[in-house]
Amino acid sequence: MATKGTVKGIIANLVIVGVTDPVSQNEICYISDGDTRLMAEVIKIIGKDVYVQVFESTRGLKVGADVEFAEHMLEVALGPGLLSRNLDGLQNDLDKMEGVFLKRGEYTFPLDKEKLWDFKPIAQAGDIMTAGDWLGEVDENFQPHKIMIPFKMTGKYTIKSIIGAGKYTINETIAVVTDEENNDIPLTMVQYWPVKKAVMAYKDKPRPFKLLETGVRVIDTANPIVEGGTGFIPGAFGTGKTVLQHAISKQAEADIVIMAACGERANEVVEIFTEFPHLVDSHTGRKLMERTIIIANTSNMPVAAREASVYTAMTIAEYYRSMGLKVLLMADSTSRWAQALREQSNRLEELPGPDAFPMDLSAIISNFYGRAGYVILNNNNTGSITFIGTVSPAGGNLKEPVTENTKKVARCFYALEQERADKKRYPAVNPIDSYSKYLEYPEFVEYISKRISADWIDNVDELKTRMQRGKEISEQINILGDDGVPLDYHITFWKSELIDFVMLQQDAFDDIDSVTPVDRQKDILDRVIALCRTEFKFANFNEVMDYFKKMINIMKQMNYSVYQSEEYHSYDKQLDMLVKERKIA
Amino acid sequence: MATKAFQKIYTQITKITKATCSLKAKGVGYDELATVNGKLAQVVKIIGEDITLQVFSGTEGIPTNAEVVFLGKAPTLKVSGQLAGRFFNAFGEPIDGGPVPEGKEVEIGGPSVNPVRREQPSELIATGIAGIDLNNTLVSGQKIPFFADPDQPYNVVMANVALRAKTDKIILGGMGLANDDYLYFKNVFSNAGALDRIVSFVNTAENPPVERLLIPDMALTAAEYFAVEKNEKVLVLLTDMSSYADALSIVSNRMDQIPSKDSMPGSLYSDLAKIYEKAVQFPTGGSITIIAVTTLSGGDITHAVPDNTGYITEGQLYLRRDSDVGKVVIDPFRSLSRLKQLVIGKKTREDHPQVMNAAVRLYADAANAKTKQENGFDLTHYDERTLAFAKDYSRQILAIDVNIDTTEMLDKTWDLLSTHFRPEEVNIKNSLVEKYWKE
Ligand SMILES: Nc1ncnc2c1ncn2[C@@H]1O[C@H](COP(=O)(O)OP(=O)(O)OP(=O)(O)O)[C@@H](O)[C@H]1O
Ligand SMILES: [Mg+2]
Repeated sequence: MATKGTVKGIIANLVIVGVTDPVSQNEICYISDGDTRLMAEVIKIIGKDVYVQVFESTRGLKVGADVEFAEHMLEVALGPGLLSRNLDGLQNDLDKMEGVFLKRGEYTFPLDKEKLWDFKPIAQAGDIMTAGDWLGEVDENFQPHKIMIPFKMTGKYTIKSIIGAGKYTINETIAVVTDEENNDIPLTMVQYWPVKKAVMAYKDKPRPFKLLETGVRVIDTANPIVEGGTGFIPGAFGTGKTVLQHAISKQAEADIVIMAACGERANEVVEIFTEFPHLVDSHTGRKLMERTIIIANTSNMPVAAREASVYTAMTIAEYYRSMGLKVLLMADSTSRWAQALREQSNRLEELPGPDAFPMDLSAIISNFYGRAGYVILNNNNTGSITFIGTVSPAGGNLKEPVTENTKKVARCFYALEQERADKKRYPAVNPIDSYSKYLEYPEFVEYISKRISADWIDNVDELKTRMQRGKEISEQINILGDDGVPLDYHITFWKSELIDFVMLQQDAFDDIDSVTPVDRQKDILDRVIALCRTEFKFANFNEVMDYFKKMINIMKQMNYSVYQSEEYHSYDKQLDMLVKERKIA
Repeated sequence: MATKAFQKIYTQITKITKATCSLKAKGVGYDELATVNGKLAQVVKIIGEDITLQVFSGTEGIPTNAEVVFLGKAPTLKVSGQLAGRFFNAFGEPIDGGPVPEGKEVEIGGPSVNPVRREQPSELIATGIAGIDLNNTLVSGQKIPFFADPDQPYNVVMANVALRAKTDKIILGGMGLANDDYLYFKNVFSNAGALDRIVSFVNTAENPPVERLLIPDMALTAAEYFAVEKNEKVLVLLTDMSSYADALSIVSNRMDQIPSKDSMPGSLYSDLAKIYEKAVQFPTGGSITIIAVTTLSGGDITHAVPDNTGYITEGQLYLRRDSDVGKVVIDPFRSLSRLKQLVIGKKTREDHPQVMNAAVRLYADAANAKTKQENGFDLTHYDERTLAFAKDYSRQILAIDVNIDTTEMLDKTWDLLSTHFRPEEVNIKNSLVEKYWKE
């Protein structure tokens, strides 16, 4: 029997419930307020007083209201039909809700209970399996969606029977398995999993090493991320976090993209709703929306559900990873999640840590990033969750708890710089401070030299060194004046500008420039590095600037042209001629 | 507020602080309104029978035997067409001597729009001010503040924008508004013959500060009525949101909450987002656009209020006095309209995005040249050209007294580019340069 209780106190969305029977930490409960049932989660228990945080507004709630505990933690339903959905932070299907405004206490099931799925068995009677192993598959938006032994089932199971190929709904029994104590357990296509727990149904989690192509040059070339890698994008407001994340989500070579809008603007989510159904995934030719799931807890939605939203997104990502798929998970912004934790911790009157964030913020962030990764499943297939979160540091100052704690765990750092954004040098990723730790992985170096070329890594190193040198020189010029430094300095500086304008800057809103496949990136990199190594002759620094501006202009025009098109080649010729003008043979 | 006959009257206050008073009562709902000796108050905490009330106008003079009556509802506003042309205080009571409007009573601070029921904003709002229309184009359904120093003419610019924008209703939410500014708005609107399109909720600097907390919700509840029920395009002006935030900090300090940055409550982001996210484009044609003011102290934009605002709004507009040309301009560097991408080059001429960026980039080069000059270095010929360009650009494009249409703005900018630069210096797609460059 589920425990029942009564409301004893209300302070904003923190409600104190009196109980006599047992309840568990993080158990879900429902508070009756007239005809509405408000969902809440247990966050503290003192004697007979249970502190719950309500996922909704508590306006009008009175002492004495009935509370019913659900005997489980916050869970999500996992099954076919999650793709293309627009869900809220608690996994309610937003499209199924009626009316223009969100109603309190309206909860909608994320899956379609009537839809018939074309099921094909993979396992056979007699097979011995464990959690996460594949029983069969259905076709979900033209991708194979594996039906698994539920993650909650521990131990070994023998398949007693499995249904033949055919069309079934998610709630029909598709297999019966026998556990080690000889109990028969019927299984359907749906399973449930508590979002705060990591799914561990895999054999191994080796270091990731395969490039995840994003089409963004400053990432793929300068600071690559890998399948199963982690990265974060800190930046003051307006520096381009969301634009960069959207670009990655559109272009990345992933099977599944999950976007968690966590306490950010509703209009940005609407942009995805509006564009993704029309945009085409260049890797498969299918509509982007078909591979995408959106978890929207925008800033005006309840704060407690905001905290849940990133976990909901991660759990769904883990589910698809267990199917052997490449999942890309994006959260914008993890700072809003941390703020939700802070509000909760303040209301509980916990001892505050730095900047009033909870003391265990560091552990919470690192646990979360730890759930991403590249895994080898029990059946030796591989799957991955690549996670990229944005961070919105207060005052744009990176010395704050969320940035610092994220930096400890995320392996790629894409620091957006205010000064670059102000100069419209987009994406405003700081070329010197940003890094990808994967460039240091021997596995990655080996992979990339086979996939792209043996000199790629050296060229990338050179690019970075030149950017660093360019910055030092520009600082010196600022102090000493144009005349105060040798001519060479001007040449070296302008070569770094060439790299910046041609390789690193990229117009996210231009049809062609916005996405550069890796082969084309290699081509640009080779050209730019070759130009940087070329010696030119100049009489004075004014000539240097004029000349490199022309060169930058031509190469930018190339970036705006269809690769290898007539237009492209005509610019290429112009470039050739320009180089001959001043090249020292 | 009049009390009704059947309402129970409590007369035993158990605790009084600067902002709150407590008493024992039963059957009280969270967020419910009450009156304490006639002063409006709201339930902020319930522990068993102990009810804590926040008294909006402060607790000065409240005796322990004050009469407390619970009103059985959260703050409400009666909405109808009768709101048009009227002026109200923070409680939605008329302050213009007119009658109390009739209408449907709705709770303020109501639920949020389901994101899947929103429409993507796509309609340009023309203001004639090139610093806005060209560089920071506004779109219906957007939310954007002016970040301004207290002495800058932000209210004037805002009134101009409001009157030039083609909207059905303008809703003014004044918080801590100087009485003179309140009268300024009233005069400008009535001189423009626009009074019947305007609804105002005003808390002046003389009113108790905590009352202002109700202003944005009042204004936005009225806005939602016109946008949802009448499918109207509504523009909401909120001035000054820094005064609103000050009231938030007063309340949270008095209630002994742990302050976060700049003594603001830890929930500042959510508190502000709840207001600004009311900006919306509905599929039925109605929309709510919010233009707000956040005054800065000493130009500090890292202060918690502008900082959190920047993370919430869809851009921000900075005013700056350009001493080189002696005019107030919309600063092109830090100003930004996030939604401009949705309209520029689509609802405006194709060259808009590139021309806009090119001009701002060159203006940035001019800023560098200026630094060089100030540091006593020789200027190159290019530097000198950028400086000349910057002056013209500031005067003819950025100044807030410019009033022309977008195509003119683009033509003018091409003029300036062609006068001061060579095509290869502007970094614009060749196809556009070929078409628009002025020989
Ligand atoms: N790659 C890009 N190309 C062109 N413009 C860009 C690019 N990145 C950002 N911008 C410009 O910067 C603006 C702000 O970018 P974005 O919304 O991504 O910032 P943000 O860092 O997410 O800010 P916030 O923290 O407030 O959400 C965009 O609206 C766009 O005008
Ligand atoms: Mg953003």
